[in-house]
Amino acid sequence: MTQTAEYSKPLPRPTLISKPFWDGLRQEKLLVQRCRNCGRLQHYPRPHCIVCLSQDLEWAEMSGRGTVYSFTVVRRPAHPAFAADVPYVLAVIELEEGPHMSGNVVGTPVEEVRIGLPVTAVFDHVTPEVTLLKWRPAG
Amino acid sequence: MTLPSLRGRAAVAGIGELKPTRYAEGRTVPHLMLEAARLAMLDARMRPADIDGLLVAPAIMGAPVTFASMMAEYLGLQPHYLDIVDTGGASAASQFIRAAAAVTTGLCQAVLCVTADALDPSTFYTRGATMMGLPAAEFERPYGPMGANSGYALIAQRHMYEFGTTSEQLAKVAVDQRTNACANPMAIFYGQPITIDDVLNSPLVVDPLHLLEIVMPCTGGAAFIVTTPERARESGHPVVALLGAGEACTHASITYRTPMTTSPIVESAGRAFEMAGVVPANIDLVSVYDCYTITVVITLEDAGFCEKGRGGPFVAEHDLTYRGDLPLNTHGGQLSFGQPGLAGGASHITEAVRQLRGEAGERQVPNCELAFVNGNGGILSEQASLVLGRIA
Repeated sequence: MTQTAEYSKPLPRPTLISKPFWDGLRQEKLLVQRCRNCGRLQHYPRPHCIVCLSQDLEWAEMSGRGTVYSFTVVRRPAHPAFAADVPYVLAVIELEEGPHMSGNVVGTPVEEVRIGLPVTAVFDHVTPEVTLLKWRPAG
Repeated sequence: MTLPSLRGRAAVAGIGELKPTRYAEGRTVPHLMLEAARLAMLDARMRPADIDGLLVAPAIMGAPVTFASMMAEYLGLQPHYLDIVDTGGASAASQFIRAAAAVTTGLCQAVLCVTADALDPSTFYTRGATMMGLPAAEFERPYGPMGANSGYALIAQRHMYEFGTTSEQLAKVAVDQRTNACANPMAIFYGQPITIDDVLNSPLVVDPLHLLEIVMPCTGGAAFIVTTPERARESGHPVVALLGAGEACTHASITYRTPMTTSPIVESAGRAFEMAGVVPANIDLVSVYDCYTITVVITLEDAGFCEKGRGGPFVAEHDLTYRGDLPLNTHGGQLSFGQPGLAGGASHITEAVRQLRGEAGERQVPNCELAFVNGNGGILSEQASLVLGRIA
């Protein structure tokens, strides 16, 4: 799913805190912060655990499996760069480990997407520097 | 729980509101704010020298640092209390609460609360903050969210899944509010009634939301002046007081909110009703934020007008027009009156004041004494709930 250098959609700008997450995606690993003090998983990444305030966080690799918690079909481009993609699915994915994430469901007609649909992570290398996390129906 | 009570301590001296138009046609945000503020001061029988507090809110495109003092100077005010209030669409209701607190504690006597926006289509796609490190920019925007539209679509889809809510039920909200707008010459969609079929046949924009379930950004402004009940009486209008207030915020992005279909209105409205000492069954007018049809349904559930999950059948069973058994957004709501940026949320306050004063004309709700107002910001994120009432 690698695309050319002409990629014109908004790209993330990784920070000091989030860089390991984006580095992980580039290596096709889905990493989420886990607090070594209270054990809680936390997405998106932050400088400390927002429940117990511990700064002792590690990066835990997720299974890459989840379900569609909710979704919408975007039928008008939100940004001119998405014009060629409509209609596309924007979803909230519930990882089997618990955290929720925003993403696109790809590789299936938009009509086939349902709440509860099991999905698997897709690592979309949109530029040499950035890999976006997307999802396709499992199995 | 004992709440610090603002009950009956502050009231509305005057309101001002511009007729919404689609585009700015050369007018600027400061210009629109002045027009709205002038109307509010005239309505209150006040001059700028009588105003000693100012609360502004940003435009959708943002506002500069020190915007409040810039606007104070532009308005000719020298306030003892000033600030910019940003709780998104809830900003006007939040201004009311802050103004009431300032008046009650004696920081100042009369607070002008003003909101406005000037829609410029050339900047439509350049919206959105660019500050480094904002989570939405990093973890959501790359996937093509359609601003608030897709956020509320996710909520509506999940509400349908959990509770069986239908598009027909959601459409009823838009239709009844349009009926109300057709009794309000100030409304942007005045004279354009719609049916449930019109809503369902309008294009799907973000499933399951159709075009006519989605608010249309426009241009306009609104202002209101909060003061003591004694000074409000000098305006010559029946006095509309703040009886209850509550705010709550549980999230910014809907991605991380569970359950997605329950809003912090549970807490904000709960606090407002407790402070006022009334319950939803006592309310004569419901004047609540309506950026989308689903927003109204969830607000009615979470504020306690019906059981959780029953909002769909509830709006279908009740007549939400000014002639109905549950008058709701009698000005047309933002969906049919218009949403001039954060002044859209002020329209629920100005309409409640008109109705409680008995000045709503053709759409006047008989014996209207108590109103519930809700301001909603973000994606059902920040909530500011008010109970307003006419006092002797």
